[in-house]
Amino acid sequence: MRSTYSGHSNGISGLNRRLASFKSYRLTFLIVAVAAFSGCMAWMAPPANLDYSRVRSSVGGQYHAAIKPEGDSIPKGKLQKWTLHLETANGSPVDNATVTVDGGMPQHGHGLPTKPIVTRHLGNGDHLVEGMKFNMGGWWVVKFHVNTTAGVDSVVFNLKL
Amino acid sequence: MSATMSRMAMIRLGALAASGVTLLGLTLAATAAPRRASGAWTPDERALLRSLSLSALEKLPVDPSNKYADDSAAMWLGASLFFDARLSGNGKVSCATCHAPEKGFQDGLPLGKGVGTAGRRTMPIAGTAYSPWQFWDGRADSHWAQALGPLESPAEHAGDRTQYAHVMRAHYKNAYEAVFGALPDLRGLPERAGPVPDSTRSHAWASITPVRQAEISRVYANIGKAIAAYERTISFTPARFDRFVDAELAGQPHTPENTFSDDERAGLRLFIGKANCSTCHNGPLLTDNHFHNTGVPQSTNGAANDSGRTTGVRAVMASEFNCAGKHSDAAPESCSELRFAVTEGSELIRAFKTPSLRNAVTRPPFMHAGQFGSINDVLAHYNRAPTAPAGKTELKRLRLSDSELRQLEAFLKTVVSPVSFPSRAVSTSTTPK
Repeated sequence: MRSTYSGHSNGISGLNRRLASFKSYRLTFLIVAVAAFSGCMAWMAPPANLDYSRVRSSVGGQYHAAIKPEGDSIPKGKLQKWTLHLETANGSPVDNATVTVDGGMPQHGHGLPTKPIVTRHLGNGDHLVEGMKFNMGGWWVVKFHVNTTAGVDSVVFNLKL
Repeated sequence: MSATMSRMAMIRLGALAASGVTLLGLTLAATAAPRRASGAWTPDERALLRSLSLSALEKLPVDPSNKYADDSAAMWLGASLFFDARLSGNGKVSCATCHAPEKGFQDGLPLGKGVGTAGRRTMPIAGTAYSPWQFWDGRADSHWAQALGPLESPAEHAGDRTQYAHVMRAHYKNAYEAVFGALPDLRGLPERAGPVPDSTRSHAWASITPVRQAEISRVYANIGKAIAAYERTISFTPARFDRFVDAELAGQPHTPENTFSDDERAGLRLFIGKANCSTCHNGPLLTDNHFHNTGVPQSTNGAANDSGRTTGVRAVMASEFNCAGKHSDAAPESCSELRFAVTEGSELIRAFKTPSLRNAVTRPPFMHAGQFGSINDVLAHYNRAPTAPAGKTELKRLRLSDSELRQLEAFLKTVVSPVSFPSRAVSTSTTPK
């Protein structure tokens, strides 16, 4: 962008160059604003600061959670079983939770293509989650809503397929 | 979700405003990421291209609900049944009437025409054995369950299951029994009876004992399983696109058989980048086998208002021929797609299955009721992203130029190849296996 700009501004004064630069800045800002609000989000990159780690704390800090998808990578278009490990904030395994699952693609405005369910409590804080599926590439979020006698809290994982 | 998106947009804009350099960099990334003067592909693009080539297609998935799916005797029986017009109420309609092999197993009509006029466009068959859902609305969860729908539909084959059982005994007894075992005794049964809208035949069906109904329905399910064994062999052959990708990724020199023009190459870049096509049209079959509301207009061809997946998912969950039903060969716990299907919600409204884009340009008219006559119309629709007639479209306005739309069309024309299928049963102009 800079070299292109310099080529077009050959011979203008420093003040004019700064003014043109400011105009260029405003123009670029406008382009991004139009892109963001006109629905071009679909092909924009996900936010740069997303945490894709598979170990997360819940939003309210009540639980720590870890996901273990089958295999190292998460394939597109295939049903998978995951293990969800849950601990309290002080590290005790959570085995008595009611867990529901949802999520989707924030940039596309749709949810998960399936309705995953925690089908078994495996003990030691582990829960079997069946029905996980991701039909597209891009940024996904998966939310586990954990309900125990200690309280309700949600854990949110970011995935990039 | 729109509020979330707006918040994200605000956060994004706020961060960008803090740094002009970041702003410029991200703007470039957002608007021109796929383009490079050298024409080289990034590692992410190479991975995506590899995933789209037919070379990446895995072997046919097992259908646990049909233990005859890969039985060659069942396949040849199914091939015969597929072309047999005796499996219709008027003796004039076979599966091949609408799924014509010489037309890529479809008919080129806005709405399928059997005994009457169907409510939707005939879907092609090649590669659909890889999909967990059949029909535009996914109201069947297997090939064999799909095959049974048109056979009893008044607008399509307009027959009934008792009639078909008689056809099997009269014309296919040996071939049927070699695969499925003895046919039931049909003596004393009406010639025409089944759970169909026609009141005479439905009353006749009601007069049959439940035990004999079950025997007839078993024959009916097996007809579907034989046809499914044939249909799953119908497949795509490599297109110039596949040869181009394979050569490109291997660093091999391009020959006339695997080269792309500048427009085709630019169209491919748009397809996997700015135009966002490969989001849904992904994998080697160029479909995610899922359901999307893309704001397709109401049909002007006489088709009724169509709620798409909303009614489709209810139908498949209630079907006696689904994976968990009594005619399925699967253990219920193995019917995972059915177990974890999304069964309600606004996203299902007017959502239709993503069709494969392989050979798509050869199959006008387009969409679930033939709403668009040309591929130009389709591309213009996706570029414009109009409001959906019902529900909410997933499309975002693309703002592609006319030349970019032309490049996309040029690319899509490279994804054309003969459809392969067993050749003993028929002779057509397409390339047989």
